[in-house]
Amino acid sequence: MYKMQLLVCGGTGCRASASATIVEKLNESLKAHQLTEEAQVVTTGCFGFCEKGPIVKVIPDNTFYTQVKPEDAEEIVAEHILKGRKVSRLLYENPENQEHIADSRHMGFYQKQMRIALRNCGVIDPENIDEYIGRDGYSALAQVVTDLTPEQAIAMVKQSGLRGRGGAGFPTGLKWEITSKFSSDQKYVVCNADEGDPGAFMDRSILEGDPNSIIEAMAICGYCIGATKGLVYIRAEYPLAIKRLEIAIAQAREYGLLGNNIFGSKFSFDMELRYGAGAFVCGEETALIASMEGKRGEPRVKPPFPAESGYMQKPTNVNNVETFANVPVIFLKGPEWYSSIGTEKSKGTKVFALAGKINNVGLIEVPMGITLREIIYEIGGGIKNGKKFKAVQTGGPSGGCLTEAHLDTPIDFDSLVAAGSMMGSGGMIVMDEDDCMVSIAKFYLEFIVEESCGKCTPCRIGNKRMLEILEKITQGKGNMEDLDHLRNLAYVIKDTSLCGLGQSSPNPVLSTLENFYDEYVAHVKDKRCFAKKCKALARYTIDPDVCTGCTICARNCPVEAITGEKREPHFIHQEICIHCGVCYQKCKFNAIIVE
Amino acid sequence: MTKIKSLDDLRQKKQQLEQSLDIREKSDHPENLVQIKVAMATCGIASGARTVMNALVEKIKKENIPAVVTQTGCMGYCYAEPTVEVTKPGFDPVVFSYVDVKKAEEIVDKYILNNELIDGILPANYQTI
Repeated sequence: MYKMQLLVCGGTGCRASASATIVEKLNESLKAHQLTEEAQVVTTGCFGFCEKGPIVKVIPDNTFYTQVKPEDAEEIVAEHILKGRKVSRLLYENPENQEHIADSRHMGFYQKQMRIALRNCGVIDPENIDEYIGRDGYSALAQVVTDLTPEQAIAMVKQSGLRGRGGAGFPTGLKWEITSKFSSDQKYVVCNADEGDPGAFMDRSILEGDPNSIIEAMAICGYCIGATKGLVYIRAEYPLAIKRLEIAIAQAREYGLLGNNIFGSKFSFDMELRYGAGAFVCGEETALIASMEGKRGEPRVKPPFPAESGYMQKPTNVNNVETFANVPVIFLKGPEWYSSIGTEKSKGTKVFALAGKINNVGLIEVPMGITLREIIYEIGGGIKNGKKFKAVQTGGPSGGCLTEAHLDTPIDFDSLVAAGSMMGSGGMIVMDEDDCMVSIAKFYLEFIVEESCGKCTPCRIGNKRMLEILEKITQGKGNMEDLDHLRNLAYVIKDTSLCGLGQSSPNPVLSTLENFYDEYVAHVKDKRCFAKKCKALARYTIDPDVCTGCTICARNCPVEAITGEKREPHFIHQEICIHCGVCYQKCKFNAIIVE
Repeated sequence: MTKIKSLDDLRQKKQQLEQSLDIREKSDHPENLVQIKVAMATCGIASGARTVMNALVEKIKKENIPAVVTQTGCMGYCYAEPTVEVTKPGFDPVVFSYVDVKKAEEIVDKYILNNELIDGILPANYQTI
């Protein structure tokens, strides 16, 4: 029996920083110190604190080592495992008072979190089904197939109040009930693992850190709706998630947890993977189904909904990865427990991927109803480099930008929509005073134009036109009429697009127009970009007090807009300047002023 | 691999596996458990702390006590090594000195299980924050 364990993050982020080598080195050191009987190295899923990865956590004293390098392995073993002395230089440093915090339970990043969907991520070895079983894995499935009727099980999911975590927030239990009512010789359970929002990686982390929870939940869903076949639609860009899911499926089959007569019941279930090529539109369920059938990934008109006619025209239930990850817990702890968490209409927790100008970039899981302020300042540790908060973008390209005024709004599905954004899959990108909101809207629109499938006109052409207007504005050629055009076009696209992608695509533009109208006006009327992001609007001048007359700017200016005598202050001729910024980059004395 | 054919099979399997996951579960809420810290600095190790720690781990497992055994650095009582600090939930920590395998078992049997103090307790002269 091991008295200590070293949990090493094996998620994609930490692996990219050589966590696999750290595991090797730790094992070598344990061997050299003859500690292999006493301590064990376990590769786990993501701890969430990606900013400080790779993470090594020593159990049972809960010591949380951050930014570990392979060469630190020997010191951790020789000092901590052998002698019981924590390696303080690798501990997390509290940014407020520069004190080391050894125990992860005392870190601000974890204190406000509540982990349900991520319960096993960073705790168990995802490539070993035994560790999942040891943490109550497959107990929910056993309970459901041996003790409950499908109706009873669906009633429990409905009672829990679980809503789809993919974006729209449709009640999961209701979806299962609707699919269960259609009779057919074959039905399907589909897991949507086509995570497409830029910056969101919760589905990948769950599949990498706890693949068995998805298998178990899909089997439960299969039992409830009367399906014997499960399909996971996963993007081929997630090789590690695919590998771990394949290992988990093979191990579950060996144990008979997938296959015929599961737990001696009459219920049989098996599953396989379908690979996607990483198109954003394939996260829309009808496009996803078309892609799984080998057709072009394009959405179609609903109804009929997939619950009636989905994959191969059979009744199909599509749920997102995070939704499934919540399901086993509802049965283990009871729907009352689950519905006691969260707000009135949004129960449970939500995983967010924190990114952008925030100190603690990473994956967090918080109860619904928490405020943006708590997430950004307490968990996220505030804005990078002490800058001022400007906006937070939630919901990816389908969501919107929220401002300081929204910081104290409790977050749930409905409050975000009311504020002009949406939950989406849970991407959360924080912006500071250096970000130009017009450019941000343009960035998301560029993404939409790239990813629009082109089937319906409003989305294909409308978004392209909107992008052109935004480009005009950022180049300083916009006028006030453009802003009205932009708004009208946005509403038309919203009202007339075929699928969710098009219907929500104007959200970034609409929400920035709503919340940062002054900034648009500054771009259009004053031809100014306060964040200095729109190069065409920048005004470059030379500070005559600082300029030494070294001539480097004049020699590098591609249009010869700079004149001046040697060792005398230089001058930029605004009528010739093309705002390329070369002088700013070349000046060694910070004499170029950008306005 | 043997198949898991019933709920009982799964429960049995789970019980076999629980032990290796046990310390991970316990580390999440140590304040509800008996916390045993073995001083394992150079002085401690030289006086046999490693054997003591292994004995404690075995004993806890045998008696099925909800406890977590961790190692710690030098507590400063180098003259009295090996030293073991025991914190029962709701009690102040107690430090035992000159602990060998026999004494380790005595600590578990008498102090942890029956609240009986035994010889060799060092006066507490520090505070843990």
